[in-house]
Amino acid sequence: MNKKLWIGSDNKIVPVMCMITFIVIIWYGFSIVLNAPWEFDKAKRSSITLSTTELVSQTWSQKRPKLPAPHQITKEIWDTTVNKKVTSKRSLIYHGLITFYETIYGFAFGTGLGILLSIGIVYNKATAMSVMPWIITSQTIPILAIAPMIVVALGSAGFSGLMPIVIISMYLSFFPVVVGMVKGLKSPEQLEVDLMKTWSASKTQVLFKLRAPKSTPYLFTSLKLGMAASVVGAIVGELPSGGGGGLGFRMLSGSTFGNTLHIWSGLFSAAILAGSLISIIIIIERVVLKRMALET
Amino acid sequence: MFYERVFVVQSEVIKVSNLDLTFEASDGPVHALKNVNLKINKGDFVSFIGPSGCGKTTLLRVLADLDEPTNGQVTVNGVSPRVARESRAYGYVFQAAGLYPWRNIAANIKLPLEIMGYSKEEQVKRIKKVLDLVELTGFEKKFPWQLSGGMQQRASIARALAFDADILLMDEPFGALDEIVRDHLNKQLLELWKSTQKTICFVTHSIPEAVYLSTKIVVMSPRPGRIIDVIESTLPSDRPLEIRDSKDFVKISQRVREGLRAGHSDE
Repeated sequence: MNKKLWIGSDNKIVPVMCMITFIVIIWYGFSIVLNAPWEFDKAKRSSITLSTTELVSQTWSQKRPKLPAPHQITKEIWDTTVNKKVTSKRSLIYHGLITFYETIYGFAFGTGLGILLSIGIVYNKATAMSVMPWIITSQTIPILAIAPMIVVALGSAGFSGLMPIVIISMYLSFFPVVVGMVKGLKSPEQLEVDLMKTWSASKTQVLFKLRAPKSTPYLFTSLKLGMAASVVGAIVGELPSGGGGGLGFRMLSGSTFGNTLHIWSGLFSAAILAGSLISIIIIIERVVLKRMALET
Repeated sequence: MFYERVFVVQSEVIKVSNLDLTFEASDGPVHALKNVNLKINKGDFVSFIGPSGCGKTTLLRVLADLDEPTNGQVTVNGVSPRVARESRAYGYVFQAAGLYPWRNIAANIKLPLEIMGYSKEEQVKRIKKVLDLVELTGFEKKFPWQLSGGMQQRASIARALAFDADILLMDEPFGALDEIVRDHLNKQLLELWKSTQKTICFVTHSIPEAVYLSTKIVVMSPRPGRIIDVIESTLPSDRPLEIRDSKDFVKISQRVREGLRAGHSDE
């Protein structure tokens, strides 16, 4: 296999590792600063003076820290993935899988809707003029405001469980696909379109033999943005749904009960989920564009 | 008499009468073509020559139904350019090769055949035949970016030839190529024209190219775009490259040059 297909090659590892080390050091610093008041309080109450080493070691090992240290989060993730049954509600994998399914369905429907809308917009002026303003308006409404309404409205119509969350995820992810694909489908040059005309190609032939292949690079860019939006949509959708589980639910309950470790481990899992899904798209993108000789 | 008339009607492939074409630009109308009259017979090799802005490309686009005239009559094979286009009467070669980068050379040539619904075996047969005609056999699997400019243009000519249209419309196909490659392609094009008996309309701004290739040279002039001279070539049909040093060749070249100059001094 070509080495370029893999992310992280091309000697990017050294600068990336440097950056991560830097962030981790700052993080440890902040967890001392933010967790120290609690330790001082405790020490004052039992009239002890803390040595620096004691202070540092205690701020890094609190049960409910203001800011957990990286190793605490790592341990929490380890405990709630490897050491728990997947079916347990305390398992991050359990919650991660729920969010994963919501994301994938939301992404699939969002991408489908986005592609259909973009074809409608490119091929039909009436569609372009009537639909485009609504598409843009839809994205100016804060998702946090509209998510509970969707959950309530669909709930009263008898739809609960994954469905409202998938719709919220779709609502966020179709937009980058529409915008990108409208641009992509319009990207053929005049010459390429004229050629099709000289052969009296039908509209469908122009779509499948010229516009679609020409827009492939745009499609992948849109898919990456759409996937990130789907993850956000799924997590935001879980917040007002309650009870159903998922990484968003886990973070919300962590916040309700003041369990910062749950919040941070949920957050990291969401980031890992989004990162992996986008990496998969990037790998497919490289293979496809290379095959199509469209690599830039 | 009767037979003669039938012959005349059949041999006339393109007829343009009183053609006007005006573009609406922001600073007023632009007369791209004004009062153009022209007849092209079957098997003619017609060159359109003139400075930029004389409407030679526009005229070719009107024949191909890519632009619509404001006034006047155009017939291609006795029907309107639109009907002719829909019956796939012509192959068009643009200034740029315009090969689709995601398709290899064979797949690019296959594209019009796919669109026109040729069978798989027929496609394979025709691809082989036209690649042979333009001397690109062996390059089927190459992608456009792997080929030189001249080879790309030859592939685009092969693509225009693949579906056997009687008319070939070529818009400065060799304009971007260097002179050595151009000479070679001109010679190949002449041989191709002789062996296929097609009617070719060829836009150029090179006098030697026009004189060397054509049976008929149409000299055009800008503002407004119009025809100022139509020269029937006196050169023999057999034309080695050395013919460009002959007396006849020089004489025709001079007449073209005078036409071009006259068009300019009008201003």
